[in-house]
Amino acid sequence: MTTTTTPAPPATPTPAAPRRPRRDITPASVTGRAVRYALLLFFLIVVLMPAYVLLVTSFKSGSEIGVTGQWNLPQRWTTASWVKAWDALGPSFVRTFQLAVPVALISSFIGAANGFVLSRWRFPGADAVFTLILFGMFIPYQAVMIPLREIVTTIGVPPGIPTLTLVHVIYGIPICTLIFRNYYATTVPEEIIEAGRVDGAGLLRTFAWIILPVSMPGFVVTVIWQFTSAWNDYLFAIFLSNTRNGPITIALNALAGAQSPDYAASMAGALITSLPTLFVYVVLGRWFIGGLMAGSVKS
Amino acid sequence: MGKRIKRWGPGLLLISPSLVVLAVFVYGLIAWTVKVSMSDEHDALGSKGFVGLKNYTDLFTNDINDRFTHSLKNLLIFTVVFVVGTMVLGLLWAFLLDRGVRAEGVFRTVYLFPMAVSFVASGVVWRWLMNSNTGDDAGGLNWIFGELHLGFLQNSWWTNPDWGMAAMAMPAIWQLSGYVMALFLAGFRGIPQELREAAVMDGTSTFQLYRHVIFPQLTPVALSALIIVGHMSMKMFDLIMSVSGAQWLTEVPAVYVWQALLTSDYAKAAAIAVLLLLFVAVLIVPYLVHTTRAERRS
Repeated sequence: MTTTTTPAPPATPTPAAPRRPRRDITPASVTGRAVRYALLLFFLIVVLMPAYVLLVTSFKSGSEIGVTGQWNLPQRWTTASWVKAWDALGPSFVRTFQLAVPVALISSFIGAANGFVLSRWRFPGADAVFTLILFGMFIPYQAVMIPLREIVTTIGVPPGIPTLTLVHVIYGIPICTLIFRNYYATTVPEEIIEAGRVDGAGLLRTFAWIILPVSMPGFVVTVIWQFTSAWNDYLFAIFLSNTRNGPITIALNALAGAQSPDYAASMAGALITSLPTLFVYVVLGRWFIGGLMAGSVKS
Repeated sequence: MGKRIKRWGPGLLLISPSLVVLAVFVYGLIAWTVKVSMSDEHDALGSKGFVGLKNYTDLFTNDINDRFTHSLKNLLIFTVVFVVGTMVLGLLWAFLLDRGVRAEGVFRTVYLFPMAVSFVASGVVWRWLMNSNTGDDAGGLNWIFGELHLGFLQNSWWTNPDWGMAAMAMPAIWQLSGYVMALFLAGFRGIPQELREAAVMDGTSTFQLYRHVIFPQLTPVALSALIIVGHMSMKMFDLIMSVSGAQWLTEVPAVYVWQALLTSDYAKAAAIAVLLLLFVAVLIVPYLVHTTRAERRS
């Protein structure tokens, strides 16, 4: 059961392929390699195909979107569709940053505190409590949405971004707690905490002086995770906001969801919507994957 | 006793705000939803009388056009295709990469990148790719099939009333196979090298090595992947809203909740949402209990 129970240190990249015993080069092994590369390349093209369509179409003008030549490169490259898409999405683009950045930071601090307590400052029943917390990250949010809408109105949270910030922070607690708990459990030795305790260091002092300084990798993972979830979220957004005060997914769906959408502008819009998360993925890829792996609880 | 509380008390105090918030916003609101699902609040006026399980039985026996059963059938087709598709592709990709290839990082990065994109954004391009026109009007993937003289593959995609949901699973497979690959790849790499070497020494063939040594070790990873992907499938909402919008053809329970709310049928929406939660719980709760127990044992 080792694979399910050893928590993956979040920030480590997938380990490199181990070296294999050298085998003799035989015709069979050459064919095997050729087939392997052919398959890998084939899937590479398939996976990239939608990206190609997005890029190519977004640089066409609305009039060039016909049936003929729709897979071709634009006859005349134009940024008109990008301009049109930006006009439609610009305000919500800014709003989504105002949502995703605070969500990422607040959730991470809460997760760090909780993860620390559940791994290194445990209380009786900590495991049961942890399981109850984890359940919250798997629920279909439809099961809380009806009263949630009422409750945020009743307690007077302003609609739109403030409401969504609150909701993402709350429902982000389980995953952030999980990531930090697993992170501390594997990187912070129990002995250090004990040594601190013998010296009379209390909870907050231990957290601030021993735990937080080594928490950076955990923070990177939770910040990326929460930023991406808040940025890409559509479910909370559609229930709790609208095109005037909501995030970019709502605006994109309004732009692209019309009966006969302008495909060039829609695809430019889809690219604009995806740029921040793609940027995070490309630049901070290995930490991004750390968050993904944590999502499988204890892989 | 006092000393022990002094030892763990501050920790409990630090975590208690989160616990209170989750108790209210997860468990409290679920209880509230269950209560609504047993009321007769079928319009904005909200009479709120208690009707027991009537809303649940109505979904199965008394829903116009068997709408709920229809949404379950859609969900079933979607889930089977989506889960099988991601598991097969994810395992295949991990298997191909595990054997050691040049530029492994490039393949991994590309296979995983769809994970970073929202379903709403990818839905835009998949709607275009799954253009249902065929023959001379063919667009998107159908056009490619036409050009490759594979015209018989041209089809109406998600607009097909019987098997459309299988097509709807394609974007989801595209988006999540890389994730399953990452899980499996970590699983492959977690197998001690000595185990492989010992098997090779014993003259085991590559096929036997995978069949008898490596794949059995991957069972826990496969189970995790299955449960994660399976529960995501049950909750599928964004993708369907983005590709087809909310409509009869592609309706699943998660979308039905939204549609019922638009008509202010709170009781019905709540009943569907609770059923959805139950489906997910049946999958997730044993998994959570199992992993927690396994962890305590080690």
